[in-house]
Amino acid sequence: MASLYVEELLARAEEREAETLRSVTVHKELDLEFDAGNLLAVDKNPVARAVAREGAAREDLLRVLARDNTQLLVGQLWALPSERAEGGSGPVVVKLPEPSTRLPREKPLPKPRPLTRWEQFARLKGIRPTRKKRGTLVWDEAAKEWRRRWGYRRAGADPKRDWALEVPEGADPLEDQFAKRRQEKRERVARNEFNRLRNLARAHRGAAPELHPTGHQDRAELGRATAVARLATASRGRFQPRLPKEPPVAKSPGGGKKRHFGPVLGDLEGEKKRQLELVRSLNAKKPPLDLTRAVNKQLRQEDAEAAAGKAKGKKRGQRGKRGRRQQQRPGGGGGAKGKKSGGAARRGSQGGPGRIGGKRKKK
Amino acid sequence: MQEGIPQKMDSLDRVVKPKTKRAKRFLENRAPKLTENTKNAMFIKGGNASSTVTDALKDIYALKKPFAVLYKKKNVTRPFEDQTSLEFFSKKSDCSLFLFGSHNKKRPNNLVIGRMYDYHVLDMVELGIEKFVRLRDLKNSKCPEGTKPMLIFAGDAFDLSENHRRLKSLLIDFFRGPTVPSVRLAGLEHVLHFTAVDEKIYMRSYKVLLKKSGCKIPRIELEDMGPSLDLVIRRTHLASDDLYKLSLKQPKALKPKKKKNISHDAFGTKYGRIHMQKQDLDKLQTRKMKGLKKRPAEMKTGNEHSPKKAKLG
Repeated sequence: MASLYVEELLARAEEREAETLRSVTVHKELDLEFDAGNLLAVDKNPVARAVAREGAAREDLLRVLARDNTQLLVGQLWALPSERAEGGSGPVVVKLPEPSTRLPREKPLPKPRPLTRWEQFARLKGIRPTRKKRGTLVWDEAAKEWRRRWGYRRAGADPKRDWALEVPEGADPLEDQFAKRRQEKRERVARNEFNRLRNLARAHRGAAPELHPTGHQDRAELGRATAVARLATASRGRFQPRLPKEPPVAKSPGGGKKRHFGPVLGDLEGEKKRQLELVRSLNAKKPPLDLTRAVNKQLRQEDAEAAAGKAKGKKRGQRGKRGRRQQQRPGGGGGAKGKKSGGAARRGSQGGPGRIGGKRKKK
Repeated sequence: MQEGIPQKMDSLDRVVKPKTKRAKRFLENRAPKLTENTKNAMFIKGGNASSTVTDALKDIYALKKPFAVLYKKKNVTRPFEDQTSLEFFSKKSDCSLFLFGSHNKKRPNNLVIGRMYDYHVLDMVELGIEKFVRLRDLKNSKCPEGTKPMLIFAGDAFDLSENHRRLKSLLIDFFRGPTVPSVRLAGLEHVLHFTAVDEKIYMRSYKVLLKKSGCKIPRIELEDMGPSLDLVIRRTHLASDDLYKLSLKQPKALKPKKKKNISHDAFGTKYGRIHMQKQDLDKLQTRKMKGLKKRPAEMKTGNEHSPKKAKLG
């Protein structure tokens, strides 16, 4: 009797389980495609034709279809690995995979920054940056806090806040050192900006403007693109007809001046003038001033000077180090070292540590 | 009108630098990025718009809300004839999705749904509203603002023509909202169901009720939430294949780096390839026996290591 009861109970339980499963299972002819990352399901089964007919039946059909599809999608989502948010106290969240549906981007890919002149040169020569990227904050020993490397409230003594300045040896005592420093700073800033703009111009110069596939571009850009395209014929654009309202372009393909030979006979006055001008320029001691070249030369010179100044500083540092190293070495070479340090001393007070070391050794 | 923001503005490619940190941040936020932000949508009313169209715009705006801009005034423009004003608006409000509503005799209750790439129209589909049930017409409870909807596309028609395929992709793009790493299960409250039958698209929006089923997965019941639209496809403007391909391009930096010497087979089993150098069998340590021991003379010439060790010791 008891065994019969058990069987009955088991059967009932099984039936109940089947019923609950039935409530969450949906049968479809074709399986749905899921993209859990986008909470997306695509049902490729054909829809009942009755949906196309007007009436309340359509709404019911659509709701049943939507319910079944949602049930399947929810089944997919519930199967994903879940956890409790906020370290076990929050609601249950599931980790979604990356979206698999490929959708167009909003904007084009970011372009890599064009190399500056120095970067290009360094790459060509295989020069690697020795210095690691510096952070913006540095420890200020005087203020006992972290401060910015530059700008307002910078670390170290801010040169702007100095209330007295030393007049360098050999300088005019009446010269305003503050004004001089301001002027130097202004020049450095200007030069930096000039170089930045030059780098920008250089990056833009070489490349022909891209034509956008949708064809909406501004006028100047289109003009430049057509000017480049005009030259893309076998005869470098020589026989290319002009469009009705197109502005005249430079005649020669390179955009430069085309050399014209003057008439052999005729304009005597002009010829005389030209020849005299030529002779005068040959006789002149000073070459004619080329402004761009002059500016570039000046800038280069200044850069070189700045670099030389830096190199000097470096050398001093090295010498100091060498002195220290010699200090540790036991005996010998003392005389030679003394000579060297003497040389350093003549130049200034930089040879100090070396000499002190030498004295100590004699003891 | 087009020159609101200069074209081609990369973050470092600018001649005039932004003066303030805020301006810089603003420009950086608009510049092309490796991982893009969520697409914003703008809702624009045409020169003439019926109440149906206006309400449809408002309701879809409500569904889309934190990532949407609703233009309140009329804008007399025809997207299929001249896209410049749309492109201008897109640039101005930094939106790459748009829904434009208009109404005239030839095309009554017209919605134009579209998306932009690089501030230029990529895809655009014109949909006519045949039946519209407003959000407020149904007196049921609604889901909270900004809920990420579940999207379901039903019907074989979505795969039959290129128009339908693009429309499907466009609708996913439009309604999917932000890409999230994880989602709260109880927060899955909203379903957008699109059914395609020939040229008709039935868009239905339901609120999800999770019922106890006795097992882990809950039983789903749906409740009409609105808005529901019966749409019919009219004109389309699809991007050319190469432009579409260009827009789909993914940055190299985001692609997962291929790990060397690791492969998987069809069943997901992981295989590792190991490269080994050839073993020197002369130095192989065999069984130690008195008879196999090297003599002292051999030790000196043959093995270099042992004398060194002796020296150290």
